Amino acid sequence: MADNWLIKNGRIIDPKNGIDRQGDLLVLEGRIAAEQTPVPASARVIEASGCWVVPGLIDMHVHLREPGEEYKEDIVSGTRAAAAGGFTAVVCMPNTRPVNDCAAVTAMILERARQGSARVYPVGAISSGSRGRKLAEYGELKEAGAVGVSDDGLPVRDSQLMRRALEYAGDFGLAVISHSEDPSLSTGVMNEGEVATRLGLKGIPAAAEAIMVYREIALAEQTGQRVHIAHVSTAMSVELIRAARARGVRVSAETTPHYFTLTDEAVEGYNTNAKMNPPLRSARDREAIREALADGTLDAIATDHAPHSSLEKEVEFDLAANGIIGLETSLPLSLALVRDGLIDARRLVELMSTGPAAILGLPGGSLGAGEAADITVIDPDQTFTYTEDQVVSKSRNSPFLGWRLQGRAVLTMVGGRVTHDCRQA
Amino acid sequence: MATGYFFPHRHILGMDHLSAEDIGHILTIAESFKEISARPIKKVPTLRGNTIINLFFEPSTRTRLSFEVAAKRMSADTFNISASTSSATKGETLIDTARNITAMRPDIIIIRHSHSGAPHMLTRYVDAAIINAGDGTHEHPSQALLDLMTVREHRGRLDGLKIAIIGDIMHSRVAHSNIIGFTRMGSSVHVFGPATLLPPGLERLGATVCSSLGEAVRDADVVMTLRIQKERQNDPLLPSFREYAREYGVTRDVVALARPDALVMHPGPVNRGIELMPDVADGPQSVILDQVTNGVAVRMALLYLVMGNS
Ligand SMILES: [Zn+2]
Repeated sequence: MADNWLIKNGRIIDPKNGIDRQGDLLVLEGRIAAEQTPVPASARVIEASGCWVVPGLIDMHVHLREPGEEYKEDIVSGTRAAAAGGFTAVVCMPNTRPVNDCAAVTAMILERARQGSARVYPVGAISSGSRGRKLAEYGELKEAGAVGVSDDGLPVRDSQLMRRALEYAGDFGLAVISHSEDPSLSTGVMNEGEVATRLGLKGIPAAAEAIMVYREIALAEQTGQRVHIAHVSTAMSVELIRAARARGVRVSAETTPHYFTLTDEAVEGYNTNAKMNPPLRSARDREAIREALADGTLDAIATDHAPHSSLEKEVEFDLAANGIIGLETSLPLSLALVRDGLIDARRLVELMSTGPAAILGLPGGSLGAGEAADITVIDPDQTFTYTEDQVVSKSRNSPFLGWRLQGRAVLTMVGGRVTHDCRQA
Repeated sequence: MATGYFFPHRHILGMDHLSAEDIGHILTIAESFKEISARPIKKVPTLRGNTIINLFFEPSTRTRLSFEVAAKRMSADTFNISASTSSATKGETLIDTARNITAMRPDIIIIRHSHSGAPHMLTRYVDAAIINAGDGTHEHPSQALLDLMTVREHRGRLDGLKIAIIGDIMHSRVAHSNIIGFTRMGSSVHVFGPATLLPPGLERLGATVCSSLGEAVRDADVVMTLRIQKERQNDPLLPSFREYAREYGVTRDVVALARPDALVMHPGPVNRGIELMPDVADGPQSVILDQVTNGVAVRMALLYLVMGNS
């Protein structure tokens, strides 16, 4: 059956094509139709008045846990959470069991993703087994469908290996995504500072991130290659990236909603749902991240969606696993930036769709005629309380449970197929 | 003691939760219990029929013994459970142990744990009053309270004093609890130690960070040294104990900078010759043994007060 839809009366925001207009968007056989195309009688109507119609959101940093830790999440449940959060595509990190460092694992992920509710773009490992010793085989990873490489979850300790990864990945047009962390400095469990001292928890200094961010910048500058910095959390890193870009270094960067929403104060009471790596930082860092989103220093909002079960989270803070789920809260938390007057709607779409697509060379991020109909319909005003019973992910490790949130995806469509629909009748 | 005052805490998790009024009340009760320890029959029936569990995940003869003596003097039934965190299969031990203990229907659980926040976590899994007997590098409230009691006994007050705390502030839960406790009672706390052992944000806790031993100790009413712990030295914090003793050790000359009647304190056990010289530890200004005696009285007060609130 042909997926023909007429999305009516929405505010169509498509930064890539310079469009921000009120009107209708026609989808014909799963693709976006040119304006003025006659509407066939078969087209079903989606009423979108009061809503934004935007290119499908892309989360460029998630952990789907499959293969290996399906009790936390799997590709089907993770992409269902993605669709519920308005995402039409997710980019999954390779720290699965086994590590996605070869074509077989990449192919298996893509095979499983056919049952999913969002497009899945796997990232392969930088090093074989993410062990930080030898390069993984980027040629076969690329051929199998990997869109970038990263040893995410672990820093690449060896600078020579990182240099070679940047150079070699360049041959295949693969982005190298750096989890920037100096492991000798980051032996703690939360941000170093007054709160850590008060709670008696060992701190991770901001310098642990900044030192590696600078190393990646220096290597990118040295080799002329490009590098992408994952989950930027500190003011120091923002400064380094801003200066590097000003002198033409090919560095891009993402942050996550928790770094622009929360501070290390959220750890108070030993809340393990506020434990992640990099850790929640100071109010000053949060302010710097917000500014960097507005001024273009940061290119993308990703979630670092990291599901964990109660086995990993209902333990002493020191022992708890790092990470929180984020797919279902990313859009409302990001919409708060628009309400705060920090960014406009167009910039939001750049950060959550166009930007990630450009960094990784993915399809999408556009509502241009002929593109696959990956579309998110956002009601920026709808409010809801994010409670445990409505979590779609298999895991519940969110510091935002119980929060009153404003704005959500009311409809998500992938290639003309509706993957999520919570429009109020 | 103010009339109409009710001790408002079900658990004793840290000094951070206690107001100056709470602290004053605990010390007054402790002073009255201290008298029991001087009687020929050192026992009162106050907690008869109550079950108290000492749940120690870290070895500590002194603190455990002190709580046990306190409980026995109040006629409570006490049980000691020593668990190990080394086998911690990701913390399951704490919750599993907590659930097993619940079956014994304890009224009070006294917990010592190597991870900060473990007592807080326990409050979510068991229905007993929880007393923190030291958690990680976070707090050790009963130690701070006995230190406050000792100082009040000797000085007659706790406000307007200068307290110098010297040594490994970073890893010392005793220092954290004392900084909060003494500042809350109106005294000023001056800390000094190697920069590698001074965590950020001490000023926000209420302490003044000094740049020399002399600055910290000069005209102080109390000179408190902290144990330098060998087991935390996997981080290159210090070149050697020998150099620590030379640069940061509290000698008779250092104590001479303080008030002539200054008290010398140490939470014990003392590394004699490293953080505190033997002639000072055993000298006339040392109140280290009073600290031990007052420990029992303070712990009796805590048991009494949390039971009154359950
Ligand atoms: Zn990472």
